[in-house]
Amino acid sequence: MNDLNSTQWMSKQSNQQWFRKIASYLLLTFIAFLFIAPILFMIVGSLKPDELVLSQASTLKAFIPQQTSLQNYRDVFERVKFERFFFNSLFINSTIVLLGLIVNSLAGYAFARLRWRGRSLLLLIVIALMILPFEAIAVPLFFQFTFLGLRNTYTAQIVPFIANAFSIYLFYTFFADLPKELEEAARVDGASPFQTFVEIIVPVSKPVFATVAILTFLSEWRSFLWALMITIDEKVRPLPLAIATFQTLPPIQWGDIMSFGVMMVAPILVVFLLFQKWFVKGVASTGTKG
Amino acid sequence: MIEQKTRKLNDDTRVAISMAAPALTGLFLFVVLPFALALVLSFTNLRLGSPLPIQFWGFEQYRRIWLDPSFRQALLNNALFALVVVPIQTTLALGLALLLNRPLKGMAVFRTLFFMPVVFPMALVSVIWTIIYAPGADGMMNAFLKFMTLGFWQPRDFLHDPALALPALMLLSIWQGVGFQMVIVLAGLQSIPISLYEAARVDGSDRWNQFRYITLPQLRNTLIFVVLVTTILSFRLFDSVRIMTNGGPGDATTTVMNEAIKAAFDQQKMAKGSAITVTFFLIVLVITLLQRLLVQEERTIE
Repeated sequence: MNDLNSTQWMSKQSNQQWFRKIASYLLLTFIAFLFIAPILFMIVGSLKPDELVLSQASTLKAFIPQQTSLQNYRDVFERVKFERFFFNSLFINSTIVLLGLIVNSLAGYAFARLRWRGRSLLLLIVIALMILPFEAIAVPLFFQFTFLGLRNTYTAQIVPFIANAFSIYLFYTFFADLPKELEEAARVDGASPFQTFVEIIVPVSKPVFATVAILTFLSEWRSFLWALMITIDEKVRPLPLAIATFQTLPPIQWGDIMSFGVMMVAPILVVFLLFQKWFVKGVASTGTKG
Repeated sequence: MIEQKTRKLNDDTRVAISMAAPALTGLFLFVVLPFALALVLSFTNLRLGSPLPIQFWGFEQYRRIWLDPSFRQALLNNALFALVVVPIQTTLALGLALLLNRPLKGMAVFRTLFFMPVVFPMALVSVIWTIIYAPGADGMMNAFLKFMTLGFWQPRDFLHDPALALPALMLLSIWQGVGFQMVIVLAGLQSIPISLYEAARVDGSDRWNQFRYITLPQLRNTLIFVVLVTTILSFRLFDSVRIMTNGGPGDATTTVMNEAIKAAFDQQKMAKGSAITVTFFLIVLVITLLQRLLVQEERTIE
């Protein structure tokens, strides 16, 4: 280094930085390719004739559209009631998200801002329930709903998932951090806590509602285990179970399966790309709040 | 004055309870009650459709599942899964987060791409990866491995090979999950005060030392959380097992949840399924407590 004069040293330095930058981008692009390769394979495959999907899977052509057509998509609609599964998933999930937002935000508010007997104990119980994964109650819940004669219904797929300990906790922490002065004026004017909540708190709490809505939707859109146990036929079958059964339905055609997959994930992918900021915030909040 | 205050408190109690009631009722009916039911059922011999009367069996179900070779294999598989996936996924998430946490153009695009698999339902991921794992030289994974090993890789039937089936499931879990952990680590990285790095630079410390003595210690709680969540996810493993291998070949990929569903749903053995469920919960509880303990101890040592 001593032999170099300062300008040479500077240009060497910036060259090094430039190389580093290029190397970073190359590395990132390579990793990104590994990440999206399965997704690209699915999308491109869904547009190809089945023979091509099969024969090109071992080459880079698997990621290049050829002889594109929507035939596979037409096949899916001819072979199964895709629209029915789609409606089922959309209906079940939207209802859970909507009712969940109402019910859990109300509870979160009561815990965060109201003084009442039993508050601390119940809050402690809610927090403790957060560590109980759904898998730990799937079997007895299945027994409960079978006993009630509610197998193969929307009710069984919606009602158990409305109240959610983690959602209550997210609402609770958000409301607890709001400034106290917010409601004081309203309370002095004689507004009920419920009125105060609807008119003052909800309008300033959009971020937490968005976070909870997204996390709920994301986890329910993928629910497979419960659907497997509780549904019997196609009438109330949601998408994740439907694609698993479609996969085994002869004749097995990769192109059709891929079309099914694209149509199944498209809505959530669009929502993700539009509201990406909220997705990332929501996920990050599970780390800082959990 | 005092009277007024008590009245207001009472009013709050009534309103608060009516506001919290729907959620608390839901949690009671669909979380607390079923869990209590699992405990009770696990001490019986209940089997749906069985002509035998329901009996109190004590710890018999627990003794039986403990002696059941499939259940033991399931526990072992879950543990193996955690042992491999947790370190790899955490390291990858940290590496990707570090790569993205730099003032370069286009990082948001890469973040989006790495996160994308997270929004894919596991059922769909399993179906697509079944195709990727297709046996024979025409399969995508076989072709990829052949390319990476410069032609040395011989085509294998991943999902029907006892040695490869579990690693195959591990790989797609990492692919699907790492973006989620990456976003959490990224948030952790961005909450580290920049002044710490500036001070270190003034003191002449290099990048490695900054990573070793600032980044890692500051990220400790985030990383502990990521490890905890990934470990618990490893024990919840079910969807991909059910769809891709059904626990096979043999018991090579069976998991605790797969055994629970096999018992309760496929064979209608509610009591056995409940006993496995309770065991599963105890495992999750132990992992959670262990992790909490670790955090506490490190804090007191400081």
